[in-house]
Amino acid sequence: MAQGTARSVASPEARSGLFLIAPPAFYAILLLGAPMATIVLFSFLTDAQSGVEWTPTLANYYEVLTEPVYRALMLRSLMVAAAVTLITVLLAYPVAYFVSFHVRPDRKSLWLFLITIPFWTSYIIRVFLWKVILGYNGVINSGLMSVGIIDEPLQAINYNVGALVMTLAHAYAPFAILPIFVVLEKIDRSLLEAGQDLGEGKFRTFLRVTLPLSMAGVVAAVLIVFIPTIGDYVTPNLIGGGKLPMIANMMEAKMLGQDNRPVGSAIVVMAMLIVALISIAFLVLNRRYLRGNQR
Amino acid sequence: MKAPGLRAYAIFYLLFLYAPILLLPIFAFNDAVVIAFPLEGFTTRWFVEMWEDPQLWNALQNSLIISTVVASIATLLGLFAARASTRYRFPAQTSILGLIMLPLVLPEIVVAMSLIVVLVAIGIPLSIFTIILGHVLITTPFAVTILSSAFQTLDRSLEEAAYDLGESAASTFRLIILPLVMPGIISSFLICFIISLDEYIIASFLGGTQPVLSTYIFGQFRFPAKVPAVLALGTILVLISIILLAFAEYMRRRGIAKAGGNTSGGAR
Repeated sequence: MAQGTARSVASPEARSGLFLIAPPAFYAILLLGAPMATIVLFSFLTDAQSGVEWTPTLANYYEVLTEPVYRALMLRSLMVAAAVTLITVLLAYPVAYFVSFHVRPDRKSLWLFLITIPFWTSYIIRVFLWKVILGYNGVINSGLMSVGIIDEPLQAINYNVGALVMTLAHAYAPFAILPIFVVLEKIDRSLLEAGQDLGEGKFRTFLRVTLPLSMAGVVAAVLIVFIPTIGDYVTPNLIGGGKLPMIANMMEAKMLGQDNRPVGSAIVVMAMLIVALISIAFLVLNRRYLRGNQR
Repeated sequence: MKAPGLRAYAIFYLLFLYAPILLLPIFAFNDAVVIAFPLEGFTTRWFVEMWEDPQLWNALQNSLIISTVVASIATLLGLFAARASTRYRFPAQTSILGLIMLPLVLPEIVVAMSLIVVLVAIGIPLSIFTIILGHVLITTPFAVTILSSAFQTLDRSLEEAAYDLGESAASTFRLIILPLVMPGIISSFLICFIISLDEYIIASFLGGTQPVLSTYIFGQFRFPAKVPAVLALGTILVLISIILLAFAEYMRRRGIAKAGGNTSGGAR
């Protein structure tokens, strides 16, 4: 947001703006700000039979940090999310590049439309379909067996972390393509011609001009895929068959299943802190890469 | 510029995106309970079975109520936020908008858990109403994004001309601005509607015992015998989604064309 000159609350412009933003702002404060604050508060309180007890404590964080099960689930969530992000963004970049650089301008919106349609169809059904595709008696195995390529069902593709990653990479594909595409569209094409006129090869021009200029989109894509994936609840449930829980499933189990709000809240807060730290570290690394490229 | 390799890759990638959806109709019309090859023959009995399930109609009714209310409220809140952020400068603008847009980058489970903790603590019973509360929260950022781009393409001088001709702020909004951003409003409504219809996590945690479409589908998947009927339902839902999206896209483009922009980018 550009910073305006009329910053005082008294100015009519500021007053009109605040008046207009008030309804959505109050909604967000009441239903997002307050609940999040409650979670942070609960994470420092003691669990009691009926809800929470008002005794401040750090025991919940101690439990979350020392119990191996939380660490194991957090690590699995991080690894799945990292793998999904890497695969999704690597697969998506060439598609975004193709649509931006090699598709006729009047055809671009059609391509974007085709890319986004699968994303708008029931998430639950899509996830379940991957289970059906990759399952032991699933579409791939039964298909390959009926044409005689294999005699035994492949087990390597069934309900494991790989299947989890595959399903999520499919689910978040458009999220990765769109931000990269938007940034690629803004790149001044004459810069690329200049690079080639100066004797750089096509690939070198891509590495030294296009890629650094499109990093903002790549960064957005990484964060937009990584953050929701880490908290995904449905896929581990359906694909993993409950055997591969991630941190979101643990949040639910603690909060609702075992009715332990303080420990559940501490898991939520820790997970959000870890995600925030990783995102910030990633942004810093990216800035460093871009600075290194300016020479 | 020709790039046959890239083109082939992009088409292959589209196939990967569509693979599960192409399987939907194949197995919805397949005369077998087990979802596997070889196909057993053509049938429409799964569509009949789906149609005759009273639970489906109950869930669908709940979902339609929720999605309609959610899309209306979210679009209205989105209108306020988009107009405020594109037209005015005010204190704490970045942080207020940041909070409104925050659900976009929060895992849904976090939104659901923090809401349910508060709702239970203050004793609000879980129902359709609480699902609506949660869904408005997560759809408003989409409404803000769509409507902001609609307001951004708006020519400020049209508005000023109306003022000069003696219209009040309210009548200017009604007569000039509203018609121009109408396509944006419709596309925002449709997108929020689809998101709410499809959403599972909030609907399942904040819904209490009320079934909605997504939780109904999730529940049916536990019974292998019900799966083909759910795939039949999925086939119909995909068709409806495509029609709604095509309409939303058409309205969006018409809006941009109306405002004198062009839809194909690529700085040159």
